[in-house]
Amino acid sequence: MSTPGAMSTDLTTLDVAALQSALSTGEVSAVEVTRAHLDRIAADDARLGAYLHVDPDAALAAAAEVDRARAAGGELGPLAGIPVALKDVVVTEGVPTTSGSKILEGWRPPYDATVAGRLKAAGTVLLGKTNMDEFAMGSSTENSAYRPTRNPWDLDRIPGGSSGGSSAAVAGHLAPWAIGTDTGGSIRQPAAVTGLVGHKPTYGSVSRYGLIAFSSSLDQAGPMARTVLDAALLHEAIGGHDPRDSTSIDAPLPGLVAAARQGARGDLSGLKVGVVTELGGDGHQEGYGAGVLERVAAAVALLTELGAEVRPVSCPSFDLALAAYYLIAPSEASSNLARFDGVRFGLRVGDDGSADLDEVMALTREQGFGPEVKRRIILGTYALSSGYYEAYYGQAQKVRTLITRDFTAAYGGADGGGVDVLVSPTSPTVAWPIGARVDDPIAMYAADLCTLPASLAGVPAISVPCGLSEGLPVGLQVMAPALADDRCYRVAAALEAAQDAARGHRLLDELPTPAAA
Amino acid sequence: MSNLSRTDVEHLARLARLAVTDEELDVFAGQLDVVLGAVARVGEAAVADVPPTSHVVPLTNVFRPDVVTPSLPRDQVLAGAPAAEDDRFRVPRILQEEA
Repeated sequence: MSTPGAMSTDLTTLDVAALQSALSTGEVSAVEVTRAHLDRIAADDARLGAYLHVDPDAALAAAAEVDRARAAGGELGPLAGIPVALKDVVVTEGVPTTSGSKILEGWRPPYDATVAGRLKAAGTVLLGKTNMDEFAMGSSTENSAYRPTRNPWDLDRIPGGSSGGSSAAVAGHLAPWAIGTDTGGSIRQPAAVTGLVGHKPTYGSVSRYGLIAFSSSLDQAGPMARTVLDAALLHEAIGGHDPRDSTSIDAPLPGLVAAARQGARGDLSGLKVGVVTELGGDGHQEGYGAGVLERVAAAVALLTELGAEVRPVSCPSFDLALAAYYLIAPSEASSNLARFDGVRFGLRVGDDGSADLDEVMALTREQGFGPEVKRRIILGTYALSSGYYEAYYGQAQKVRTLITRDFTAAYGGADGGGVDVLVSPTSPTVAWPIGARVDDPIAMYAADLCTLPASLAGVPAISVPCGLSEGLPVGLQVMAPALADDRCYRVAAALEAAQDAARGHRLLDELPTPAAA
Repeated sequence: MSNLSRTDVEHLARLARLAVTDEELDVFAGQLDVVLGAVARVGEAAVADVPPTSHVVPLTNVFRPDVVTPSLPRDQVLAGAPAAEDDRFRVPRILQEEA
């Protein structure tokens, strides 16, 4: 497939910043870059299961269009010709979109999500739609109605979830970067367990228009990439106000690429960092991997070396984040998923004239939804029902206020004595073996322990790799105040640069080479 | 805090329009009872004077100009429907026939 005379570098190993410069100088064409990734998908995806839908002809046609425009001397944006993968929760006009569910099998949306539309307008090339836990409910991608996705670091382990198709695609070099969505950790945890950078933006700073809704007060789309700089580039391309999302914040994004570049210079002097006691600190280590805590402690020590002032910070209400989240998210989901009723799109079962509308709805939803989706709909229905509402949903909303207050107090409130960022492990453990937690919802939910507080408070949080434990990646989470996403990028970039320098190479360079199929 | 019985789960599934099977009821009742026990921990928080948070963005009443914008083409919308007839979504009957 390779073109004679094309550069000898494997284009799938380049980060986006490098691809940009190779494309803009004409060293490579968009078609060559796209074909390299399609070849890699053809070779490896049967094993990884990262994609639910790939259309090579459409991708190559889009790439050829960029090459034609460039040859004609047209004005091209900085991302023109860069391939991208989208989590299958993002609706794409004319391109199958399932949200990992059988209830939407074969559906081709009639419009583009704002995130998809912005990436298309920027000239990026859609490689395909990535696998996910059904309706983004899960932490392992095993809840996909189609197939599990495997972790490129160890094919017998989960790639995290729910954006596990995106994490496996990017870590496995089947895409240079990808869009994920995060409701309770679904960008950060898969990024952490596959050695990627993943950022959950401030709630309201990236449009939700065209994301298939799971829990509307929590859902956010964000970037997953192999470097902090790439993540910042992708975030800037999708972020900013959108009048079609009424919860979208009408404020400019802070300079994220600039923050990543500044951070990479490695000077964090004056930065105040709080290490959250309740997330893996003294007295709160049950369920955490010893190797994870060790890697995170080393990363925190590195922050000190880079000039940051580090101190422990207690956020007592974080202990209740898991309980509050697993009431709020299922409650909102039980309402959001009512739209899957077999009337306007997707599956319809039992419409043979013998059943009435109610029965057809119940049969359609029974056959179209998987077990985790049903569990959450039932739990949410309970938490919202008369007589239990105050004790469950109402109480969880108040706990959500307490969690937000803990963040406000940590960041200093009025007296200015607080910290600039909070850090913790991203995931309590490394990637676990496929199948190990599927029959134990509580064990699965525990994977989100560290990521839930930032979700509930709507504040930005990034996961950046901080080494290996048992040969598997560990992530450090950096949380900042609302709309201060730039701080996440600055700290993550400083840490990434210092670790790469100490190691002499990038963490992903240690990824085992795929064995011959 | 109350426990979730098999009968409760059956009732909730009916409310949520899920025609769950007997096997599912057996599995879900046990699992959901454990989950409910875990999430009931929210009751431990002292929240007497704490207002609820339904949403983290401090926005009320987001307005836009009241102008007509194009809708999606009808054919394109109906193309995704499980059944369509006479330019409309076709649905099963919602009323029983009179005796």
